[in-house]
Amino acid sequence: MADAPETAGEPGRIDPGMGDPAAGALVQNIMHFGRALRAAGLPVGPGTIIDAAEAVKVSGVTNRGDFRAALQAVFVTRREHLLLFDQAFDIFWKRRGFMEKLIAMLSPITEPNQENQPQSKPKAGAARLAQAMMPKAEPEVQEAEIEVDQRFTVSAAEVLQKKDFAQMTAEEIAEAKLAIARLRLSNDEVRTRRFRADLRGRRIDPRRTFRKSMRAGGSSIDLAMRSQVMRHPPVVAICDISGSMSDYTRVFLHFLHALTERRRRVHTFLFGTRLTNVTRALRHKDPDEALELCTAEADDWSGGTRIGSCLHLFNRSWSRRVLGQGAIVLMFTDGLEREGTDELAREMERLHKSCRRLIWLNPLLRYDGFEARAQGIRAMLPHVDEFRPVHNLSSMEALIEALSGEAPSSSTDPRAWLRAAA
Amino acid sequence: MNNSVSTLPSSIDATLDLLGGADYICDRPLATVLYLSLRMGRPLFLEGEAGVGKTEIAKVLSSTLGRRLIRLQCYEGLDVSSAVYEWNYAAQMMAIRLAEASGETDRQQLEGDVFSERYLVKRPLLQALQPSVDGPPVLLIDELDRTDEAFEAFLLEILSDYQVTVPELGTFRAEQPPIVIITSNRTREIHDALKRRCLYHWVGYPDAEREIEIVSAKVPDAPAKLTADIVAFVQKLRREDLFKLPGVAETLDWAGALHELNAVALDPALVTDTLGVILKYQDDIEKIGGAKVEQMLADMRSEARV
Repeated sequence: MADAPETAGEPGRIDPGMGDPAAGALVQNIMHFGRALRAAGLPVGPGTIIDAAEAVKVSGVTNRGDFRAALQAVFVTRREHLLLFDQAFDIFWKRRGFMEKLIAMLSPITEPNQENQPQSKPKAGAARLAQAMMPKAEPEVQEAEIEVDQRFTVSAAEVLQKKDFAQMTAEEIAEAKLAIARLRLSNDEVRTRRFRADLRGRRIDPRRTFRKSMRAGGSSIDLAMRSQVMRHPPVVAICDISGSMSDYTRVFLHFLHALTERRRRVHTFLFGTRLTNVTRALRHKDPDEALELCTAEADDWSGGTRIGSCLHLFNRSWSRRVLGQGAIVLMFTDGLEREGTDELAREMERLHKSCRRLIWLNPLLRYDGFEARAQGIRAMLPHVDEFRPVHNLSSMEALIEALSGEAPSSSTDPRAWLRAAA
Repeated sequence: MNNSVSTLPSSIDATLDLLGGADYICDRPLATVLYLSLRMGRPLFLEGEAGVGKTEIAKVLSSTLGRRLIRLQCYEGLDVSSAVYEWNYAAQMMAIRLAEASGETDRQQLEGDVFSERYLVKRPLLQALQPSVDGPPVLLIDELDRTDEAFEAFLLEILSDYQVTVPELGTFRAEQPPIVIITSNRTREIHDALKRRCLYHWVGYPDAEREIEIVSAKVPDAPAKLTADIVAFVQKLRREDLFKLPGVAETLDWAGALHELNAVALDPALVTDTLGVILKYQDDIEKIGGAKVEQMLADMRSEARV
């Protein structure tokens, strides 16, 4: 892919449409920029690129800021895309003087270039951009023109050192969206007291019936039917982020982010040694940004666990606020409680009594010989409705597979697990 | 028209007095937000634990201002036909049959007849927009958190424009906006868009002094010593780690109950026997009952002596 700025004003590179060599190069570069954005996940079509070129032309751009604003006005249609756009813009149009030269050829006034300072941490979406701008090798790429931003390679290592979450790639995001659509929790639909028009409904809709019969002058009464609306109950996720779970937190959070995006009523709590509500953070559309906010909000990453006291806090301060409408609770924890298990059992019982369904997903089950022997696990098991095994929790796919499927089976029955280990 | 407006309190102190006159004792922040909501014509959004007197404010306002109280109790699945309006289908059906019998065939005429205000059943929200001789009514939308988001979204239009559109008839608009009080127990979060249109107040538990005033006003026959004891004990309970803390309503119930039992002061046996009036969860009762009660009462006495 030739998604990199091309040298401006080369003789012989005259765009027939614009008649001006500089303008031609600019249009071409806008096109490459648009394609880079599309590769990074923005919905950019040929029409958008034509609009962008038009916008730059019409607005009579004279400086970098205006140019950016003109492109942004066309390319960015959602708030969460702004983030990608900003970074893409800085990288794509960064070559010192390159764009200014282009602009200078178009207009007599120019402004000095302001280069951005390198950042210590990759911004949300950087992985997707890096991928979009340095795609898997394509033969017709003009090597000389590609300028790979060093930031990405350096900070990728840094991410690992810091044990930060690896960023989502565009494919991962697309896969996550598909995967989440396949999620089928058991008992995941509740009847509401609302009705909607339904030809095969079983109840008469008096209001529509009347309006229909009025159409014919009221001589015949044509029955309109309606049926009850089904909807998903709210989901409350309580997610362990302690050291023993740190391998899985990224998958969980991406899962919860995708779930939050799909169903609006999702509340997420993280706990290690303290309880943090990250619901609002996960509502950010961009997954990297959402996870970044999550990391900022909780300060007990990869530390110890106090399940009992965290649940106590949840029960006291949050359960009434978030479990009110018949919520399903998803517990992500290995159940390895280090402190007294009496409190844990008591709080689990309280939680179980306050929610519609309590599903426990335990990644410890990845070991085939797992038995419910740990004290914490034995304290929690009697109070869950489903105990979901995860043998290989490496991807969201696996997680969704673990959560989907029929509930009443011996593999998910908590009592069967207790008996087996007794 | 200005007559009704002049009966609204003219200052925060006047608001406090107005409520106090009806034995509703509140603290200054609540009086302030209420005064502002009355003056600015903005809905008042009250959130707080159960039993702290949120609903009571609307009742007191309607009785002291002499306005009609229109109450919309929210529940899951509340929809337009039970909150705003509904057509009287039986009467409409009859009208059609009668028209048929009398040989009426003009479709327009018939439709106009059947969809007229005569056959419209007005539900609370539409009632609240109707003009009234006593001035605009008090509209209490109680426990909004029990409905779903769809109904909340529907309220947005009513609360910002005070109007409702009935497709068959036209738009009903309030000449004078009603006084709107919305309450929520916070069993779910209300959307920011709705909160933005309202003045918000978190109704907390009163302090000891205020609570003694409330109990003396509501249960005036109880001995002063008993009242003071009850309030001190309840205040102490609220500092305990309980699943459900007792609200003011529970304090009042307890005062009434103990007064019925002719008690003059608290003692451990009496408290243990009547704990079910103030604590409604078995876990909480277990935690507080027995030795804990004795210790709390002893602490209370020693604190009172200091």
